Amino acid sequence: MTQTFRATLLAGALALAAGMAAAKSDVTIGFQLEPPNLDPTASAAAAIDSIVYANIFQGLTRFDSNGGVIPSLAESWDISEDGKVYTFHLKSGVTYSDGTEFEATDVVHSITRAKAPDSTNPRKSIFEVIDKVEAVDPLTVRITLKRPKGGFLFDMARGDAVIIAPESAATNVTNPVGTGPYRLEDWVKGDKVVLVARDDFWGEKPAITRATFRFISDPTAAFAAMMSGDLDYFPAFPAPENLPQFEADPRFRVTVGTTEGETILSTNNKMPPLDDVRVREAIAHAINRQEVIDGAYYGYGTPIGTHFAPHNPDYVDLTALSNYDPEKSKALLAEAGYPDGFTTTLKLPPPSYARRGGEIIAAQLAKVGIKVEISNLEWAQWLDEVYKQTNYGLSIVSHVEPFDIGIYARKPYYFNYDSPEFDAIYAELDATSDPAKRHELLVKAQEKIARDYVNGFLFQLPLMSVSNAKLQGLWVNAPAPVTDLAAMSWAE
Amino acid sequence: MLRYLTARFASLAVSLIVASLVIFLALEVVPGDPASFMLGLEASPETVANLRHELGLDAPAVTRYFSWMAGLAAGDFGISYTYRVPVVELILDRIWVSLPLALYALALSTLIALPVGILAATHRGGIADITVMGATQFGIAVPNFWFGMLLVALFALTLRLFSAGGFPGWSDPAAALKALTLPAIALALPQASILSRVMRSSLLDTLDEDYIRTARAKGLNRRQVLWRHAVRNALIPVLTILGLQFSFLISGAIIIENVFYLPGMGRLIFQSIAARDLIVVKNASLLLVMTITVVTFLVDIAYAAVDPRLRKR
Repeated sequence: MTQTFRATLLAGALALAAGMAAAKSDVTIGFQLEPPNLDPTASAAAAIDSIVYANIFQGLTRFDSNGGVIPSLAESWDISEDGKVYTFHLKSGVTYSDGTEFEATDVVHSITRAKAPDSTNPRKSIFEVIDKVEAVDPLTVRITLKRPKGGFLFDMARGDAVIIAPESAATNVTNPVGTGPYRLEDWVKGDKVVLVARDDFWGEKPAITRATFRFISDPTAAFAAMMSGDLDYFPAFPAPENLPQFEADPRFRVTVGTTEGETILSTNNKMPPLDDVRVREAIAHAINRQEVIDGAYYGYGTPIGTHFAPHNPDYVDLTALSNYDPEKSKALLAEAGYPDGFTTTLKLPPPSYARRGGEIIAAQLAKVGIKVEISNLEWAQWLDEVYKQTNYGLSIVSHVEPFDIGIYARKPYYFNYDSPEFDAIYAELDATSDPAKRHELLVKAQEKIARDYVNGFLFQLPLMSVSNAKLQGLWVNAPAPVTDLAAMSWAE
Repeated sequence: MLRYLTARFASLAVSLIVASLVIFLALEVVPGDPASFMLGLEASPETVANLRHELGLDAPAVTRYFSWMAGLAAGDFGISYTYRVPVVELILDRIWVSLPLALYALALSTLIALPVGILAATHRGGIADITVMGATQFGIAVPNFWFGMLLVALFALTLRLFSAGGFPGWSDPAAALKALTLPAIALALPQASILSRVMRSSLLDTLDEDYIRTARAKGLNRRQVLWRHAVRNALIPVLTILGLQFSFLISGAIIIENVFYLPGMGRLIFQSIAARDLIVVKNASLLLVMTITVVTFLVDIAYAAVDPRLRKR
């Protein structure tokens, strides 16, 4: 009797222990930046998308881990011969986390709202091409474009284009209601956001049922939080100098992937003498990229020769056009009329790649006679002085938007680059859907800006992540700011 | 006493009005626009203008100052530009981290400093005194954020007794106090060092006073003189320092809050400045000024309590 009792007790205890081990279904994730609010259609902050994209909010299409576009709320779509009419077939049985049903009119509402004259959507421009949007039936939406647009499905996958219900549109900033597998449980401002899996989710239930996002801005604190086991995962780990310590510890896994961040020495193409292409080429040849990468990012990061992500299939390696050659640099300066160099400003935003990289580049430029006056700015100051007023000579910043070569055709834009030739290439690209033709035009566009030495092209910002070695399904690359909770699970 | 209090009270009110003007003007001068910060690099000027209008940023400065003051008078602190929740809510959330942290650190530093200072003064030149002077020299010299990191390295990473930071909330008071312990120690160390030195030198000065000799001559023993006359009189400069320290603890914890990633007032202001959430910055700063002036006011009253001469005025 006692024996049996003991055995039962033991079995019970074991089952409990096993149950507890298998029940590990929560995850704690560290981020440096806290999102200002939780509505991706209200602010540009990448920190918003990093939490809510695909977890709470879904769009017609979405990004996969390689940056490709796959179906999301739209199961499939047809595109008319002329490339102007998109008919989306929506998934059925989809509900929002407040219980209401998702239907075609929500898509019409979301797009109409983003396009409206008083809209504050940070990327209103992607909706400009839409002529009209109609609900054909509850599960079919027809979108008619003013002109064919090659990247339309890509644009619809962006966080700015997620589908929201009219009832919750005004309150999504603090109480996000979407169609995704998770809902917001708690947001302690300045500390953490907690998401939990929805009980009433219409699709496949995810393995992770609870995710806590903690905001730790200080790199040393981030290191301590990860090392002590307080966190399970820190994508975009801010202290590259500590990575070897994590690599040496079997509790952790370190991955180095790519992002969409082209780190460039932004150049004011209207500010003399930088308006002379020979001067800009001279700057390009004065920069030793590897030295910058080693100094600014501890050797992580891929050199780039144009404004395009190296992991993209359409990328061409143009680094040879701007190879390190100080002699050539001096010759070009002399040819442009500056044999003794000149003085300009270098205004740096807060990230460490900019501050550290700025010092190195200043030293490299000094070797060919170009003197730069460095000033360190806060982001808000940078946006005002450099970005808005273009009151600068040089700056360093990572352009993290996916597929953003189009900024070279934008006017006004803070590079002050003006090339009708590039504009023509980009306009043609914008209207082309055929992949082969698009590739050809993309190569042309990359070459054009590389040969005009619009900016100093430095390196692709790497994504260094540290995670618990048992946590699976993490994205190695960051084609867009996404933390795909539904793809994660704990190894047994 | 009444005249003294009235004068103190008037100076409190004037400080607050001057502070509100200074804060408002300072934020007017700071470059950077909240709306363009929120909308990022891709937004069109038209979208930025829409948002500026929505946030009420397009009104003239004078109008904005008076509507701020009118709102404050009615207890309305406005809505945060970035978080889009009432500023009062944000501040109240944070104050429940910062205030307990400051009080905890203050209690620690006082509990350590006063006995240590008295010990050193009464054993002037002895081993205890030399040890205290050396240790406090160290305590003042060590930057508190670095000391905080050392605490994390020892207690969180090596011994794993504490978590490396964060705040679990007051629903579990024991866990909350535990989370505040390392930051409070880090904050208290330099304060305790300063305070014990002030206590020591102030007590030494008092012990040299004529009335102490008189008291001894009256037949009181050393201990009675120390506690009834010397310590009490020596506390006045200590109280002044204590009042200043509290202000420092409440506002100067920004770095410690970052080291331990605590969601406190310091971090709120820091984040809000970076994000140009000016409405949070001005209200939170004004609240800090208010706290500090009120604490100074209370310290002034405390003087009156320990110093009978002030009571008569």
